[in-house]
Amino acid sequence: MRPLPELTPENTAFWTGGAEGKLMIAFCADCRHAIHPPQLICPKCWSDKVESRAVPGTGTVYTYTVNHQPWAPGMAVPFALAVVDIDGAPGVRVTAEVVNADPESVAIGQTMKVVFLNIDDIWLPRWEPAQ
Amino acid sequence: MTLNAAITGVGMSDIGRKTGRPAMVHLAEAARRALECAGLTKEDIDGISTYPGKADNSPGMSPLGTGEVRNALGLKTRWHSAVPDGPSQMAPLMVAAMAVATGQARHVLCFRALTESSSQTATQRASIPGAGRARLGGWYSYLVPANAMSASNWAGWMATRYFHEFGMTREHLGMIATGQRAFAQHNPTAVMQSPLTMEDYLGARMISSPLGLFDCDVPIDGACVIIVSAADAAKDCARPPLAIEAMGAALGSQESWDQRADLTTMGAHDAAAEMWKRTEMRPADVDVLALYDGFSIFVPYWLEAFGFCGHGEAKDFIAEGNIGPGGRFPVNTGGGQLSGGRLHGFGLLHEACTQLWGQADGRQVEGAKTAVCGMGGGFIAGSMLLRRD
Repeated sequence: MRPLPELTPENTAFWTGGAEGKLMIAFCADCRHAIHPPQLICPKCWSDKVESRAVPGTGTVYTYTVNHQPWAPGMAVPFALAVVDIDGAPGVRVTAEVVNADPESVAIGQTMKVVFLNIDDIWLPRWEPAQ
Repeated sequence: MTLNAAITGVGMSDIGRKTGRPAMVHLAEAARRALECAGLTKEDIDGISTYPGKADNSPGMSPLGTGEVRNALGLKTRWHSAVPDGPSQMAPLMVAAMAVATGQARHVLCFRALTESSSQTATQRASIPGAGRARLGGWYSYLVPANAMSASNWAGWMATRYFHEFGMTREHLGMIATGQRAFAQHNPTAVMQSPLTMEDYLGARMISSPLGLFDCDVPIDGACVIIVSAADAAKDCARPPLAIEAMGAALGSQESWDQRADLTTMGAHDAAAEMWKRTEMRPADVDVLALYDGFSIFVPYWLEAFGFCGHGEAKDFIAEGNIGPGGRFPVNTGGGQLSGGRLHGFGLLHEACTQLWGQADGRQVEGAKTAVCGMGGGFIAGSMLLRRD
């Protein structure tokens, strides 16, 4: 069974935004710094006014790997994992599985858009090619 | 510049795969050998230090904490410490160095014990953080639920980016794996000693691209003990003390495997730069290198971090034969973790010390007097420079 993240005050928006189809990223309301993984305090200015906002849900592949090893029982391989620079959130990357694409077709610089996998109370972001 | 601390003894248990031996048996064997190496007795040990301490979040990763080892070995200590969040597997050695330099102890037994090989079953792999737990927290909760479960995935995407920017190929990583295997053939304690050709390397199954089977280190059962002593106390030991010339523990990015702005660098670059600020020695002064090779790709990162070559130049540096047998800057002369087994950095340092004491037999680097050791990958990094006067 796939392990799931524990929901906390700082990460709930990120892990549940998918219920409304939204990729939610934490931003500092004072200095506008994009914060990921989400924190309760802005690491840049220490403001406690951190809010989560929907970003477009697109991004560019910074790097990737194609996993061939089944690390857990029932894990279907191969699949690609993409580390994606998020549009609208400078400096933030979201790493997720690539779906709806040949794993070997994933490339640095490729544009991705987010889709979500709902398990229990978690909406896991996943990437699919934007075109 | 030297700290008032030195390594005076090292010991390793009979490591192996699926040994079926309890961790404490490995640990006691390593401790006995380290004391013998240093010419010390149990009563001389007044400090104990480890990484990460007893941990059950990854199978067999750290079955022993300082408490159990103190009890089992009957140690009376003036200083004890386990460091799960420190600068890599080097942290307990750094803590020990600071403890002896400030008079908290005179001889600190630093240990690392693993039973990852015995802990692997058909349904359970080693080194999967959070294995068996329903819900995860911390940095890996952003990776494991995405099926980025293994450090081979995290190192794999670092390697993809590095290949993309600098034109490194799998053949370059293959030179590391085959070169270290060539060293291992002269190390009777290495777990992998059969010859490894480039063809074998390239033909092995892919694990997480571009990393294949021989880019990954080998889970083992075993323990390693390294004794750190105060400089004045070290003079009474059996071997010439290996002075700790400098250490580096800096980390300039967050605790994360994917958020560092430039993933063609890692924590190693911060730790190594900090280390060189604390010494007048330079890379050209180093005889032996012990570089963390949990995955082969970490070797070029550490080479560049320490400045043995420039950023992006490691592929040529490696291809020119600098790091293998007979090279000017021999790396992981015992076979490293790729061929020697994963003792989480302690095995690499054990080998470096063995070299500096001139006891590396068929793989001895002639006249080796200085060694640098870099432990850790990703955001995890610590470095140490050793000197035998």
